[in-house]
Amino acid sequence: MLIVVCIKQVPDTTQVQIDPVTNTLVREGIPFIVNPYDTHALEAALQLKDRYGFRVAAISMGPPNAEATLRKALSLGVDEAILLSDRVFGGADTLSTSNVLTRAITLLNEQEEVGLVLCGKQTIDGDTAQVGPGIATRLGYTQLTLVDNIEQLDLLRKRVRVRRKLEGRHEIVESPFPAMITVVRELNRPRYPTVPMRLTSHEAEIKVWNNEVLKLDVNTIGLKGSPTWVSRIFSPEREKGEIVGDGLHDPEGTANLLIDKLLSKDLLAL
Amino acid sequence: MSSSTIFFAALLVFSTLVFCAGCYRRFSLITAGQPEDRFNRIDMRLKQMFLYAFGQKRVVAKQFGVNHFIIFWSFLILLLANGEFLAKGLFPALSLAFLPQAIHHGLLFLFDLFSLLVLISTTVAVARRLFFPPTYMNSAYVKARSVEGFLILSFIAILMLAYFGLHGAEIALGNEPGTRFMPVSSWVATILASYPSHLTLLVSIFWWVHALVLLAFICVLPYSKHMHILTAIPNIFFATLGRPNVQLREEFIKGGEFGVGRVDRFTWKDLLDSFSCTECGRCQSACPAATTGKSLNPRQVIHAIKTNLLANGPLLKKGGAPVISLIGEESEGSSTEETIWACTTCGACMEACPVLIEHMPKIAKMRRHLVEMKANFPEELLTLFENMEGRSNPWGIAPSERTKWHATMDVQQFEDGKTEYLFYVGCAGAFDSRQKHATVALATILDAAGVSWGILGKEEKCCGDSVRRLGNEFVFDRMAKENVALFKEKGVKKIITQCPHCFSTLKNDYRQYGIELEVVHHSELISHLLADGKLKLKRKVGGLGKILFHDSCYLGRHNDVYDAPREAIKLATGQAPVEFDRSGRESFCCGAGGGRMWQEEQHGERINLNRAKEALEKRPDTICVSCPYCMTMMEDGLKDLHADGTRVKDIAEVVAEGLRQ
Repeated sequence: MLIVVCIKQVPDTTQVQIDPVTNTLVREGIPFIVNPYDTHALEAALQLKDRYGFRVAAISMGPPNAEATLRKALSLGVDEAILLSDRVFGGADTLSTSNVLTRAITLLNEQEEVGLVLCGKQTIDGDTAQVGPGIATRLGYTQLTLVDNIEQLDLLRKRVRVRRKLEGRHEIVESPFPAMITVVRELNRPRYPTVPMRLTSHEAEIKVWNNEVLKLDVNTIGLKGSPTWVSRIFSPEREKGEIVGDGLHDPEGTANLLIDKLLSKDLLAL
Repeated sequence: MSSSTIFFAALLVFSTLVFCAGCYRRFSLITAGQPEDRFNRIDMRLKQMFLYAFGQKRVVAKQFGVNHFIIFWSFLILLLANGEFLAKGLFPALSLAFLPQAIHHGLLFLFDLFSLLVLISTTVAVARRLFFPPTYMNSAYVKARSVEGFLILSFIAILMLAYFGLHGAEIALGNEPGTRFMPVSSWVATILASYPSHLTLLVSIFWWVHALVLLAFICVLPYSKHMHILTAIPNIFFATLGRPNVQLREEFIKGGEFGVGRVDRFTWKDLLDSFSCTECGRCQSACPAATTGKSLNPRQVIHAIKTNLLANGPLLKKGGAPVISLIGEESEGSSTEETIWACTTCGACMEACPVLIEHMPKIAKMRRHLVEMKANFPEELLTLFENMEGRSNPWGIAPSERTKWHATMDVQQFEDGKTEYLFYVGCAGAFDSRQKHATVALATILDAAGVSWGILGKEEKCCGDSVRRLGNEFVFDRMAKENVALFKEKGVKKIITQCPHCFSTLKNDYRQYGIELEVVHHSELISHLLADGKLKLKRKVGGLGKILFHDSCYLGRHNDVYDAPREAIKLATGQAPVEFDRSGRESFCCGAGGGRMWQEEQHGERINLNRAKEALEKRPDTICVSCPYCMTMMEDGLKDLHADGTRVKDIAEVVAEGLRQ
């Protein structure tokens, strides 16, 4: 049985700046990383592989250089890596992205039964958290979002029980296979690649599926299939900070002042 | 041939066989190790051997070392006497008396004299073990192995007593022509002369005691820690010339093994090291981890390699599987992971070792195995490794922030031909809020002295020191290649560093990547600038009170820079700094080297607290450091001790005080 992990190459957003003139992200010279949430999805898949013997496939939609992301997945131990890359996929919003990923998973399912699809809860560049649920809807899979613990997995009955991390509470949910799970960081601690695995991954094959393989209607993918239109990107104006109290002479009083201030603005979750 | 001669001959053959079997077993196990070239620069090696083996330089540097010096040289001289003894036992006609008389008499005198000296020295050694044992003897591990020490000492003492007994009796019988040259034996003869009827019996008793103990000694030798008698001299000959602080490179080829996870993956020299350890304990007493209650004890790490080799070596040589893991077991012959991660790579163990055993590279090799083959390391290091790979600094701060420290200064980019020096700011110098003050102080000094310098700014990358010492050679290899390419592209030839870790890595480690850089640590540069009059201070630095200087391991022990920072302080303040009790070559680590900066210290006393307490004993107003790690560790230590009256300053900050109006 197969687990499919959807991963995305994202710019290291801590290093991204916005061009004040064009209002677009300045991406030149910015290193790409694997979307941090996706690394937890990968880890979850690999742990399930280690424990239950699933096969794991990693898929990623992106330009040819997104191959690096899939190599990283290979170095961590996924069995198969597929890059979904075609000019016609470019400029996609979350809807047309989920169309591409859905078709790829459907094709994989024709070769080997897919039990679970794992995604990070969101990406750090788009921050929509829509692609995972989008895939689930289109595939007709149960969607289990914001999972911070995989409680139980029953291979015979093909069921999975997970814990969802919600605002101030947890929810335990059980679902039959196939299911789509999006994960939060608390789920696990991603592993680090060994050198032999890195060296193997350097030479491993990464399949590239373009639209000749996926055969999707060009009006449902890429820019054409994207109803979302970004009108402007900008950095919000920041209010200038203020200095509260006198930390040098009255550290305790100042700390109290600070806590009051944070509480009054509801910035501390108590 | 008499029956006793035949009996002796049989015993001699037996002992020789036992000795040879032991030696063969051990030396053949050494060949299980990986190849490593230690045959270069023979002249330097011979010099090293004379200085450290025959000159016993390290041995005599410590209390009771002279004792060993005497036993060592007496042993060499008495080898001749014992050779004669054995030969004579087989063929009574063979004797040194065939030598020219003057030489023979000279030898008789030397034998007599040195036998007495050995007797005194062994008595002192036994007394020391019993009555003034060093603190590191006080562990179960040492106590368990102490029997061997007493056994060998008693062997030696009995040999000497038997020597005097035998010769005393011979003299009393009038069988010894060279009496005049044997003052001690002659004195013994005067005592034994009171028992004239027993003299012949005494001769044979003493002879047999001497013979049996000597043969027992020969048998025991290769099976005990006294194997060092055979291995220490070659070990010193083959020791790394200079400082063994640079780990060997690894070649990353698919299907390769990385690091050392099995004893035969060590090099033959690593294995020879393990047979050269005398278990003297000096490494242990110098080790910051061992002395603050961590599980790491450098002596035990070496001992574990030996034990492991003895247990696994024969199997491994036949292609079998090991019976004891090298890493991860609690049993003898294995080092725990906790032990391997506890090392600060300060090099104190290697500086202390009289036979030049190289502990630190072995620990680094085992770390490599854990990181590269197993991806198994303390949790904190995952973030470090990812930060290093992703953003080329330990904190994972955006590289664009590298230039923030000079917001208030005008700083040039390095440009070949326009700027002479590259000021390699380093990660701490650029990102650590405290160290940034030192960076600014240094930049101010460089400007005031008219030095032509520039920076790489956002293009600067981490040197990779921490990842290399932590065994992540794969990532280090990439970082080093990137940096070397960058330096070559920019035409960088001369570099100023403020961090001893950058200093040592760029200067020593990068040489393996085909670049010879002229790297200068800021303490060296500042002291030169002051001495040459290029840096003129506006006033003598006075407001810092009593200054105590703390040596950085990577500046001092690893690179022999001891005087420059002291000189700089002296020139700037007019006074030499106060010294720690443990200073210079014997300085005590702050606890942050070897990637320990990025790990929690779970067991025992924190190393920085130990050092900070030692500092406060000297009642300093200012502790002067020359390393960003030392800065952090010292400041944290003082905070924990609530030592508000003492501040920590980098050497650049101390000197820059003199540039203020």
